[in-house]
Amino acid sequence: MKSKALILFAPGTNRDQDVAAALQMAGAETDIHPVRSLYEKKQDWSTYQMLVVPGGFSYADALGAGRLLALDLTSYFSNQVQEFLAAEKPVIGICNGFQALVKAGILPETREPGETPRATLTFNQSNHFECRWVTLKAVSQKCIWTAGLSDLLDCPVAHGEGNFTVLDDQYTKALLENDQVALVYSKPDGNPADGVYPLNPNGSIGDIAGVCNPAGNVLGLMPHPENNIWTHQVPDRANRPDHFGLPLFVNGVRYASQL
Amino acid sequence: MNNLQKTFCCVVRPKRKNDPRSNGYLADVRALGITGVEEIICNDLYFIRGIVNLNQVSRLAGELLHDPVTHEVETYIINTSAESHEVITQMTASHGMIDVALRPGVTDPVADQIVRAAELLGIDGINAASTGLRFFVKGEGVSEKKLRQLAERLFANAVIQRYALEPITPSFSEAAEASGQVETIRVRGLSSSGLLKTSGDRRAALNLDEMLAIQSYCLREGRDLTDVEFEMLAQTWSEHCVHKTFKSRVVVEHVRSDRTFPAAYKHLFNQTIRAATRDVNANWVLSSFRENAGIIEFDGEHELSFKVETHNHPSAIEPFGGANTGIGGVIRDVIGVSAKPIASTDVLCFGPSKTRLDDLPTGVLHPRRIASGVIAGIEDYGNKMGIPTVNGALWYDPGYIANPLVFCGSVGIAPRGSNPHGIVPGDRVILLGGKTGRDGLRGATFSSMTMDAQTGEVSGASVQIGAPIVEKGLVDVLMPARDLGLYHAITDCGAGGLSSAVGEMISETGGDIQLADVPLKYPGLVPWEIWLSEAQERMVIAVPPESVAELQGLCDRFEVSLTDIGCVSSTGRTRVYFHDQIVLDLDNQFLHHGLPQRQYTATIRQPRYLPGETVDGSQLPEIDFDKTLLDLLSHPNIASREPIIRVYDHEVQGGTVVKPLCGIRRDGPSDGCVIKPQMGKGRQAFVLSNGLNPEYGKEDPYEMTRLVMDEAIRNAVACGADPSRIAVLDNFCWGDPTNPETMGDLVQSAQACYDTAVRYQTPFISGKDSFNNEYLGMDGARHAIPPTLLISALGWMPDWEQALTMDLKRTGSLLFLVGEFKPAFGGSHYNLIHPERKVEEGLPECALKNPEIYRAFYSTVTRGIISACHDLSEGGLGVAAAEMCMGGRRGARIELPSDIHPARALFGETSGCLLVEVRPANRDLFLSLMESIPCRFIGNVLEEPVFKTVLKGNEVFSVGIPELLRAWKNESVEGETE
Repeated sequence: MKSKALILFAPGTNRDQDVAAALQMAGAETDIHPVRSLYEKKQDWSTYQMLVVPGGFSYADALGAGRLLALDLTSYFSNQVQEFLAAEKPVIGICNGFQALVKAGILPETREPGETPRATLTFNQSNHFECRWVTLKAVSQKCIWTAGLSDLLDCPVAHGEGNFTVLDDQYTKALLENDQVALVYSKPDGNPADGVYPLNPNGSIGDIAGVCNPAGNVLGLMPHPENNIWTHQVPDRANRPDHFGLPLFVNGVRYASQL
Repeated sequence: MNNLQKTFCCVVRPKRKNDPRSNGYLADVRALGITGVEEIICNDLYFIRGIVNLNQVSRLAGELLHDPVTHEVETYIINTSAESHEVITQMTASHGMIDVALRPGVTDPVADQIVRAAELLGIDGINAASTGLRFFVKGEGVSEKKLRQLAERLFANAVIQRYALEPITPSFSEAAEASGQVETIRVRGLSSSGLLKTSGDRRAALNLDEMLAIQSYCLREGRDLTDVEFEMLAQTWSEHCVHKTFKSRVVVEHVRSDRTFPAAYKHLFNQTIRAATRDVNANWVLSSFRENAGIIEFDGEHELSFKVETHNHPSAIEPFGGANTGIGGVIRDVIGVSAKPIASTDVLCFGPSKTRLDDLPTGVLHPRRIASGVIAGIEDYGNKMGIPTVNGALWYDPGYIANPLVFCGSVGIAPRGSNPHGIVPGDRVILLGGKTGRDGLRGATFSSMTMDAQTGEVSGASVQIGAPIVEKGLVDVLMPARDLGLYHAITDCGAGGLSSAVGEMISETGGDIQLADVPLKYPGLVPWEIWLSEAQERMVIAVPPESVAELQGLCDRFEVSLTDIGCVSSTGRTRVYFHDQIVLDLDNQFLHHGLPQRQYTATIRQPRYLPGETVDGSQLPEIDFDKTLLDLLSHPNIASREPIIRVYDHEVQGGTVVKPLCGIRRDGPSDGCVIKPQMGKGRQAFVLSNGLNPEYGKEDPYEMTRLVMDEAIRNAVACGADPSRIAVLDNFCWGDPTNPETMGDLVQSAQACYDTAVRYQTPFISGKDSFNNEYLGMDGARHAIPPTLLISALGWMPDWEQALTMDLKRTGSLLFLVGEFKPAFGGSHYNLIHPERKVEEGLPECALKNPEIYRAFYSTVTRGIISACHDLSEGGLGVAAAEMCMGGRRGARIELPSDIHPARALFGETSGCLLVEVRPANRDLFLSLMESIPCRFIGNVLEEPVFKTVLKGNEVFSVGIPELLRAWKNESVEGETE
């Protein structure tokens, strides 16, 4: 039986169909649901094996990117989200979705209400939105989305608030030791970006492009692997073919289908 | 006012000393040439009003209004907290302070969200919120005068914001009640001067003939007009809405020596641009000049729509809002043909960014500020809509200092023939989307007037900030509504608001509209304001009564507001009510067909030099070749656009095949972009490109028009488009048409549009014109813009894999120069960078052979034997070759033709030429396909990263690629060390 992915759609979400295409190609069924109708219909989430929070500008980034969608997750949907986490089903937040998961206290780890967050996604060091292709290296073996990905992964970033920042450097170390750093920005040859712009496009500490929760089932990342699933999307086919984003979704779908 | 009600202020401060946003403002201050400022600290202000206590608001601030990792927040009750003032006194000891807040009525999406979010957090009792900014400024020269200069030049725009040098008093939007107040406009019995005074007093921009037509209508109807009726006539008859100039009868004088023009045009538009489309008669054009956007066939199952609009005057007085609502408006044009927007374009003309503040005419914003505001406005709207902004152009000229040009384009896709046209009496008239305020009042007439120093204040209401998320909601609702067949007709609220949208929709049938039901942003609007308001993000659709409920369901699902404002009738009259009072009752026949045709005289000027008229090689100045090349590469019109392109999301929707920047380091300047829409199931793709050259326009509007059409088409062909399937759009930005010379330039350009479209078999499918792009300074001097024609091309290819990029791909490849290479210096960028050593001669002549050349070249493209292709444009062969080297980080050796002076060959500009990379293995096939077509072998691709040119075996010059990049990017090169 095909695993089913629930794709959350808030006003301003705009990469919902892009990620739906990637998940379908990876073998999943997808339902895109506006949060408002989900809430009012009291839709049952338990029929879904995957939860996807796509990219975009939910609620126009009012009060900071992802903040108000995060509020929806912690108020309207806190039970459903908790069930997903408890069941260790695959969850992915991309770009605005990543921002929402962090601000909802789901990533890098579950945070109690009122507890001060230790990490956030803030304004790019360049102080502006930036769209460019980057190269990602999968690091975490704990993260079910990145485990076993040997190839580098090329895809675009398109954000203004993707600068992964921590309260204290100890925390970065902790994330690394705990294998929660899932993806890092790297040079085209796979060597570390070392914070050099534009390889690391936003100034994220430790070149961190994506992190997972301690259990490894929830991944948040700023770049858009869903925008590199077809050959026609590859910018410089003549010199640099392959390095698709699809394997990441295949990982998630495969895991979900084994639940 | 409840006395338990309190107002709170939350101040959010960055923790870090070097806060990117604050530093950004400091950089802007320096860029503007304002000295004596050392530090700027920018805080966010949130004003909260309601029956709540400090703890509740502090909790709201702590959990919602700031990010504890990067910011700290302080909350106090306004006018009571001593502690808060301590902070301010502390800071103001060393810093000057400026508070900025939005004017009442300006859209503030954040404010509404705060109230909603507070309830989610279980904090009830908050009834209003608003936002602001606080700046602390430190530096030697920071006097009150300096602070006011900073506020007015940079931090606050009087059109939408107010500022104070002390804690600012917040204003909140109140519950909205309209007033039914209607005044009568006396028209009967007025003298000519009286009629013109009435037109002027209400800024109606109607001339005497038009006022007289209105007067005789009043006599027929036996009454004067209500203000609602007068304003609707002014809007419906405005240049912006009916294009009076292009529809005018024109008498032509002084025909130029090298061409003949008709002695008169009965209807300029029908006899030139529309005639071209008729005579080309392409079967893949599905709709042209009928609807909000032109429509062409795409893949058998889908159609593509394309529209380009200008938003010049609003962008001049409020750059962010002007461009923001400009892109929002053109996107609604595409939604208005029931299509999903899938790509945006932006073409921008600004004054030179180095203009000195003191050299600005009174009431004019600095070009740098206009540019950054406009670009931010396009970024904000396009990115938030989730539409890739993929093609554009940028042009600097002193002629645009007071009157910048902002062209915004939108492409949409829809199932073939899915846009309904079946409006019937009884249909409900449904308003979807945002609320209505005083936004953009008289925008239609305003955009048809010459600007003066007061325009900024008087027409302040003509600009507003957009709400892209609201507009996105319209797409989310309308696409499924279209597929479910829930509506009979659709049109967008643009210039003229409901008056224009509803008026158009019921122009055949008639209808009865109830204004009292229109949701308002704030109180006090009178009926004519509601009817004319240009509040953004609204669409009007005609819905059969039985479908309203299902539509309501869709709207609830996507949180879009729906209002039933009346019904379609069969009376042939437009009737508007406020409650039971009838405020407008006009005969559609008069309203839509009663406008008298305008009459103009056109004086055709003789160009100083005829096209192709060139001086002898011996008269060309001695030049330093590599310095000239580097100067051209760093010229603002040629230099890299990367800093702008990167702030636009050009990847969303996953269809972008050829990106705006291409090549091994993804920084080569693409000639156009290629998109394979997700909705299309085949391999078909489309191409977007454009042509624009005001420098040519100054010299010779006729030849300019041929050349920019050729450039737009050539750019599409250079991306792999099929030259027999390219559609184009025209956007004219011209001066005052009552000036015979200006009108003469327009006639020349329009006639050239016809001649060229027919020769290339390239139909026009849509267009727009903007006149009176002139500015009367306090000095009384007239600042006019150069005659500016933007041609936007929508090309097509059967297979995306045919798409070409301009970066050199492979060492050892051969380079060919395709096309009639006849470079000239008239209007060239060589002349721009060497004013003192200008070569006085004609523009390049647009070669008649070009269409044939493009067809032959296309036959090589479909064989897949072209490795790279770039068109020759500003800066000529030298710049084109240098750009291909930079894009591929590969060198090239160019052998200059022995029969042309090297300066002319390298930097002269020509029509119809492409520089093409072909692998040696494909050489013979390429040449056989190009037989009988002008095409010469001109060099090779080198491993060595250097661009060198030789003439008869001797090196003329050679420059390393890093040096080219430094000049072209005006910076040291990043990432080159990898």
